[in-house]
Amino acid sequence: MPEKPIQGEKRVFMTGNEVVAYAALTAQADIMYGYPITPQNEIMHYWTRMAPKYGKKFLQTEDELSAGFTTVGGVLAGRKAFTATAGPGNTLMQEPMSMAEAMRLPVVLIVQQRGGPSTATVIYSQQEVTMTTLGGNGEGLRIVYSTSDHQELFDYTIKAFNTAWKYRFPTFVLGDGYQAKMRESLTMYDPEEKGIELVKPEPYVGKPGVPGVDRAPGHYRNTYNVEEELYEVLQGYFKDYDRIAPEVTEYKEIAAGESDVVVVAHGVVARAAKAAVEELRAAGKKVGLFRPVTLRPLAEKELRQAANSAKRLLIVESAQGQLARLIKDAAYGCSAELHYLFKPGVGITAEEVVEKVQTIL
Amino acid sequence: MTVKPAMPKCWRVESKPHKFCPGCGHGIVLKALGEAIDELGIQDKVVFGCDIGCSLLAWDFFNVDTVQTHHGRTTPVITGIKRANPELIGVAYMGDGGGYAIGSQHLVNAAARNEKITVILVNNTQYGMTGGQMAPTTMPGQKTETSPYGRDPEATGYPTQGPEMVAAITRDGAYVARGTVANFKQLKGYIKKALENQLAGNGFSFVEALSLCPTNWRTNAAETWDFVEKQMTQYFKVGELKTPASKPEEAK
Repeated sequence: MPEKPIQGEKRVFMTGNEVVAYAALTAQADIMYGYPITPQNEIMHYWTRMAPKYGKKFLQTEDELSAGFTTVGGVLAGRKAFTATAGPGNTLMQEPMSMAEAMRLPVVLIVQQRGGPSTATVIYSQQEVTMTTLGGNGEGLRIVYSTSDHQELFDYTIKAFNTAWKYRFPTFVLGDGYQAKMRESLTMYDPEEKGIELVKPEPYVGKPGVPGVDRAPGHYRNTYNVEEELYEVLQGYFKDYDRIAPEVTEYKEIAAGESDVVVVAHGVVARAAKAAVEELRAAGKKVGLFRPVTLRPLAEKELRQAANSAKRLLIVESAQGQLARLIKDAAYGCSAELHYLFKPGVGITAEEVVEKVQTIL
Repeated sequence: MTVKPAMPKCWRVESKPHKFCPGCGHGIVLKALGEAIDELGIQDKVVFGCDIGCSLLAWDFFNVDTVQTHHGRTTPVITGIKRANPELIGVAYMGDGGGYAIGSQHLVNAAARNEKITVILVNNTQYGMTGGQMAPTTMPGQKTETSPYGRDPEATGYPTQGPEMVAAITRDGAYVARGTVANFKQLKGYIKKALENQLAGNGFSFVEALSLCPTNWRTNAAETWDFVEKQMTQYFKVGELKTPASKPEEAK
């Protein structure tokens, strides 16, 4: 049995879904539970082809509820378990993800967004931001990475397993149909050779010894008898989440602190935004870029700095203000005027961003 | 002199007396399970999953690792655990709502895949925790909060016969039985066999336990036992429906 799927560095040209499958393997994920939905299917296709060669497992469940709950079970058993979904599947996944949130279970979920609401379209949108960051019947205690390109799909899928197992919050990689389906070049690598330590999983159930004799039994629940009991538990979770937020948050920027207009975008749209900003800057315009990489938690301090130094923020997204809601909340009270370019469910080009910036400069 | 009731060794003394209503059947089923675990010496390997509904009150019932999950989702959680670590003995414990209504797709598919787990389903013909609504197992003519004039099978169908369904869709290696809290020794025997079947790695094991609800049935003690022993068993036949040795007929 080959030890590692990637040794050294390997320059490849492949689809985003294939990248995710490789990344999960190199992150030493143990088991994938999955259910087909476009546009993430090929993650399963590649995983099922490679997994047996590396002693890894797979189960195709009867639906996304089951895929999510079996993933929860895999994590409880102490394995690096993950699943992937999109659109209406993501809707169903919110139930198991709520349980993972309630029990602080390090499940990893890859979301390749498609159009919404409901069945909608199968390839592209940024309309799963609200559901992925705040979905479920809880408080949204989760970590969400929004990737822009295939290199990031690889990097952040590996990172998602580490973040999940280190901090014990459910962790999401939020891509989209364009990233899932298109081919692009990237460099794959073995994380350990790069000095990235892979956080080891630990069992919640089935630890050595007889429960009640050699050790306390693991009693995991997400039900509480009285409201105050739940309140107390959640206070601890909020404290933990606030404490780790500065360590977890990531963002990228181009001159966000010294521009008149700062374009705010995430995911694949941030590529168009970046190209637009570079073009405008080459033409001598004072335009910057702020790109949140983590949508939950958000880099609020850095965003507020940008929103207080720029005259205007232009929020660009392929949704009707789902990112904008997060940004407005974080930048509340800041001096910048807010402008929007919303194209729900369709792509956005650099030219469109340039044009919009020119109208508000 | 105080005589202490005999508790299974794997019961958690600190959480006794248990939280179920006085006269509830859950205590009897969980005692049967506890004694079976003791006799098989598998307290260190069992992972007990309970559902939402009355069964969730068992979240700290045993000195075994326990996961309380969502309504109907106990089967996939235990499946996920067992698939990830086959050394463990997974027990999914649920009511008739969790198994036959909201979680039926999981039960059907776990059975069809022959998941090597044990499902114990407590059938008390109604939804207890939520206040006595109609369940898939409510008997024809039985009054509940959502069938106040008695269940009309013309409008709402007949009671689900779970073990019969599971027996029909499972193949070699499955164990399927229906016991009753009115016959403890037999029920315990079925549960023990279901666990042994999993220990042997044969396949899916399913035991339905006919039980009662002292709160929502609005019956006195005599009528309650009459309902369990005489009325329920007319429709829900007690016995073993499938054992690993009984090979199903090949499809022609």
